[in-house]
Amino acid sequence: MRRPPAALAAAVVLLLAAGCNGPGAGGDGAGGRLTVLAAASLTESFTRLGAEFEAAHPGTTVTLSFAGSAALATQINQGAPADVFAAASPDTMRTVTDAGDADGEPVTVARNQLVIAVPEGNPRRVAGLADLTRPGVKVALCAEQVPCGAAARTALGAAGVALTPVTLERDVKGALSKVRLGEVDAALVYRTDATAAASDVDAVEFPESARAVNDYPVVVLRRAGNPAAAREFVAYVRSERGRAALTAAGFQPPPA
Amino acid sequence: MVRPQPPTPRRRVPGRRVPVALFVPAGLGLLFLVLPLVGLLARAPWATLPQRLAAPGVLAALRLSLLTATVATAVCVVLGVPLAWLLSRVEFPGRRLVRALVTVPLVLPPVVGGVALLLVFGRRGLLGGWLDATFGVTLPFTTAGVVLAEAFVAMPFLVIAMEGALRGADTRYEEAAATLGAGRWTTFTHVTLPLVAPGVAAGAVLCWARALGEFGATITFAGNFPGRTQTMPLAVYLALETDLEAAIVLSLVLLTVSVAILAGLRERWTAAP
Repeated sequence: MRRPPAALAAAVVLLLAAGCNGPGAGGDGAGGRLTVLAAASLTESFTRLGAEFEAAHPGTTVTLSFAGSAALATQINQGAPADVFAAASPDTMRTVTDAGDADGEPVTVARNQLVIAVPEGNPRRVAGLADLTRPGVKVALCAEQVPCGAAARTALGAAGVALTPVTLERDVKGALSKVRLGEVDAALVYRTDATAAASDVDAVEFPESARAVNDYPVVVLRRAGNPAAAREFVAYVRSERGRAALTAAGFQPPPA
Repeated sequence: MVRPQPPTPRRRVPGRRVPVALFVPAGLGLLFLVLPLVGLLARAPWATLPQRLAAPGVLAALRLSLLTATVATAVCVVLGVPLAWLLSRVEFPGRRLVRALVTVPLVLPPVVGGVALLLVFGRRGLLGGWLDATFGVTLPFTTAGVVLAEAFVAMPFLVIAMEGALRGADTRYEEAAATLGAGRWTTFTHVTLPLVAPGVAAGAVLCWARALGEFGATITFAGNFPGRTQTMPLAVYLALETDLEAAIVLSLVLLTVSVAILAGLRERWTAAP
């Protein structure tokens, strides 16, 4: 039943790709248009990687779309035309691979850890998870349904800290923005998000975050309109330069 | 006394012959609005529906949604009706600008509206800091904050509907009341308001429906916490992250309850002469 729309979507992608391949486009290897759906926490690093990839592959246009991993997975399962999917957790990736929408096995390209984001200067002198339970300290967490919330729950459990947040945000950027606006005194966010917001927030590392590490899997999609470029992009993300961009954004390298 | 019932051919007959040129787009329009609902019904997990409805949090979210949307509508009526009256009955410089400003919440993406509310009523906001220091009142992350966010987004619907009704109303009744010695307040409460009551009702319904479905401003300003600020749309959004079927069930609950309430109210209003 889902065949016709998928075929139609693929046709649209091919048409778009054909339209993009102007007379100036070179014919070496992969060319055309490449659509990458990536988790919101990859915004900074993948934007940079996309631009670098374009520069290294003249004639290829990289279109990046960032959103929550789960929302992207739903879009892919519903036949959204895309070539590469980068998720913020193996669980969300599994919804895509289980539906048979992936081409090959996902590879882990980075890991992310939680930190405590506090307003610049750390006015409440937060040094660890236990400080978040002090009276009057308002904390934002992610909702358990999204990866950062599940990780926060694991980390708090590992630390034996019972915490009542004032809000359970829909994604990590939501939790972070509550810190930036000064509405909460602390939030558990990924180190990469704290890095991206370094002008407004400070990051407090805590040991229990090692117990709740998030892996970022990347995969080429089965309905990719441009599988050759998709494979090259994944290889590029795993290359030395790709790793450098991810590390600069605050990610850790994947387990060897 | 028996009065002969007149035969009731409702005014003119041509109304019955629907011109195809109208019928086709009307049908398409209806289809367009209803098909997504069909999609939800088709994917609903009917077999597990009872268990899912009994899941913890569903009832709390529904109760909170109905409560906050109703209170928000009351706030909108109290503030919005006089505002609509001002815009339609009083000449003052800058009226066109004020009228445009009223529609700002319609144009603003709700998430931006939520951020704007934080900048005013938040802990470090223009008024929020003062409210906290003076009265110890903080609005973000509270049920009152949900009401505030919903009222902000929904009020334009009431004001615009109401203003349209007021402009359409015959001002001669108000003038007659004034010549008979009624003061401005009496004229407003005894002549103007009854005259535009259907307009107020229609505006309030729109306002309530919009408040009930409010998502962006609410989650941004009031946050999300079960039982306190998690309304149905927020619960639906989060369910969507992990469980499509749970999200569909929650959506259907919200739709069923709101359509039942709206249909019930409309029945009552149209029954009135």
